Amino acid sequence: MTDNILEIRDLAVQFKTDFGVTRALNGISFELPRGKVTAVVGESGSGKSVTANAIMRLINPPGKIASGNLIFSPDGGTPFDIIALKETDPRLVQIRGDLISMVFQEPMTALSPVYSVGNQVAEAILCHRHITKQQAWREAAEMLVRVGIDDISRRIHQYPFEFSGGMRQRVVIAMALVCNPELLICDEPTTALDVTIQAEILTLILNLQQELNNSVLFITHDLGVVAQTADQVIVMYQGRVLEIGSVRQILKAPLHPYTRGLLAAIPALAKKGQRLETIASVVGDEDIETPYPLTRLKDGRQISLSPQALERIINE
Amino acid sequence: MRAYIARRIFGMLPTLALISIIIFVVIQLPPGDIVTSTLDRLQAEGVEVSNDQIQNLRAQYNLDQPMVFQYLHWIGGFVVGDMGYSYLYSRPVNELVWERLGYTLLITVSALIFTWAIAIPAGIYSAVRQYSIGDYLLTTVMLFGLATPSFLLALIVMYIGYEWFGITIGGLFSPEYRDVPWSLDRVSDFLGHLWIPMVVVGLSGTASTMRILRANLLDELNKPYVVTARAKGVRPIKLLIKYPLRIAINPFISTIGLLLPVLISGEAIVSIVLGLPTTGPALIQALINQDMYLAGSFLMLLAILTVIGMLLSDLLLAWSDPRIRYE
Ligand SMILES: Nc1ncnc2c1ncn2[C@@H]1O[C@H](COP(=O)(O)OP(=O)(O)O)[C@@H](O)[C@H]1O
Ligand SMILES: [Mg+2]
Repeated sequence: MTDNILEIRDLAVQFKTDFGVTRALNGISFELPRGKVTAVVGESGSGKSVTANAIMRLINPPGKIASGNLIFSPDGGTPFDIIALKETDPRLVQIRGDLISMVFQEPMTALSPVYSVGNQVAEAILCHRHITKQQAWREAAEMLVRVGIDDISRRIHQYPFEFSGGMRQRVVIAMALVCNPELLICDEPTTALDVTIQAEILTLILNLQQELNNSVLFITHDLGVVAQTADQVIVMYQGRVLEIGSVRQILKAPLHPYTRGLLAAIPALAKKGQRLETIASVVGDEDIETPYPLTRLKDGRQISLSPQALERIINE
Repeated sequence: MRAYIARRIFGMLPTLALISIIIFVVIQLPPGDIVTSTLDRLQAEGVEVSNDQIQNLRAQYNLDQPMVFQYLHWIGGFVVGDMGYSYLYSRPVNELVWERLGYTLLITVSALIFTWAIAIPAGIYSAVRQYSIGDYLLTTVMLFGLATPSFLLALIVMYIGYEWFGITIGGLFSPEYRDVPWSLDRVSDFLGHLWIPMVVVGLSGTASTMRILRANLLDELNKPYVVTARAKGVRPIKLLIKYPLRIAINPFISTIGLLLPVLISGEAIVSIVLGLPTTGPALIQALINQDMYLAGSFLMLLAILTVIGMLLSDLLLAWSDPRIRYE
């Protein structure tokens, strides 16, 4: 029995659009082990952000959580279902910023343009703890220094537009970590940044995770990043989970044809001299559209395949 | 900052000088002058005026002097704070202007507060509950408001007041208080009259303010920075006010400066309908009768308030938006 900080059970999210109901998540299930980094990979539109937003109850109309459970087990506290929380439940405020926090994809727009960064980071503290403003600003400054903002006594009074994209993402990370959350969700935190900055931010997040020892849900569509960050990998496609395994299993010996396709399409991981494959050419005519249930294999990984394909794999 | 303001104010002077010349020329453009229009009036009343008297009048009003002299006489006085004499009202222009400006200021400011007190909550509600029954209802009511000219609304209010409640609405005072010194009774009589222009003038801006706020707020509500703030635990009401509303209201802050010129020109028609002693009707009368000193001074004040209002708008915008402040 592993110790999981979050268990996602049959989570389904729908969006009402002019063309009918879009099923963004079709009953996904997976666990986040405590103190570990779980990566979620998948092409864009596969439901990664919707999963992250659902965990923090940030799905707005026209979207709604149609069914499922999100069992959150705070360290030493009683587990509770995030989805069952009423709007007035104080635990709802706790899971937003105190127990769970999120780093978003777009550092350029993730901060309000009219408040100083100090104000916005300190506010994250003041939402959850009854301390003085001065104390909150002091702690905000400490955290900002920790994420690599120099010249803090001047910078803390500056506005987001006075920071570069990479620096803004550092501010957002500081804002997410300043209450020392048990679960940190990173939704493609480096996608919008220059390639040169991406590695820096990634290293920063990983170092802080080591220091603070929180659990991390790391969303990306970049399998190269997964190799550096994750313990466990979840592969998503069209609002479903196709494969779950350790980082070694998924990257070294992927079983699902879709996962293989993803890997083959990545330049750094494709063997030298090999032609880059499109996902479709690897997947071939394998049926990945039918939502087969996840089956757990002997080596612990879980996979969604047709019974025939499963049999073939087990016999191999 | 102070240097910037000083530079801006200094920069206004040539503009204002040019405007003063244009004002003077434009007022002189129509054929005739105050004397001919006075003569017309007198003749219509059957009064015979001799040539000598006409010459005297002309000399008295400096009309026999060259144009340049007349201009310098007017603008020279204006610069040192003497706006001359109104032939139309037979009073110094200074007195007339300050008195009417005071009433206009009161009506404009109270109407603005009225507008915002209604439009801002309505706009917020409409945006937050977009496409709800309340949103449609408010939108419909506001469209009626938008389509009703304020002078018509003034007439309707007067009609209802007279027919249903037997009160004559009009002016800012009841007849018995019109020409007596200020007292507590006079103040309460004044306030009893003030609400009508406040509502009539205020309602005219309510619909557009509400619709603009609704649109601005809808643009902001789902911006990433709002989601970020929500994700860090900011409570709903504070979230709405501190994040999207703060940005959506920005454009309105800068329009406060644009209200200054309205103090002179605004709502003339409503004022005429309601018989208000404000600046608008006086300006129109002065222009019709070519009352040079009164009309010129009004227009000059209008120009000054416009450029000051623009400066004020820029300062307010810089104060409210750091992105502009630091440019
Ligand atoms: N606000 C929305 N309105 C309608 N549909 C949405 C909305 N947000 C997400 N979806 C749907 O959910 C799907 C998954 O989106 P998302 O989780 O953002 O993908 P990604 O894996 O790229 O993060 C999208 O393909 C879209 O159909
Ligand atoms: Mg996404």
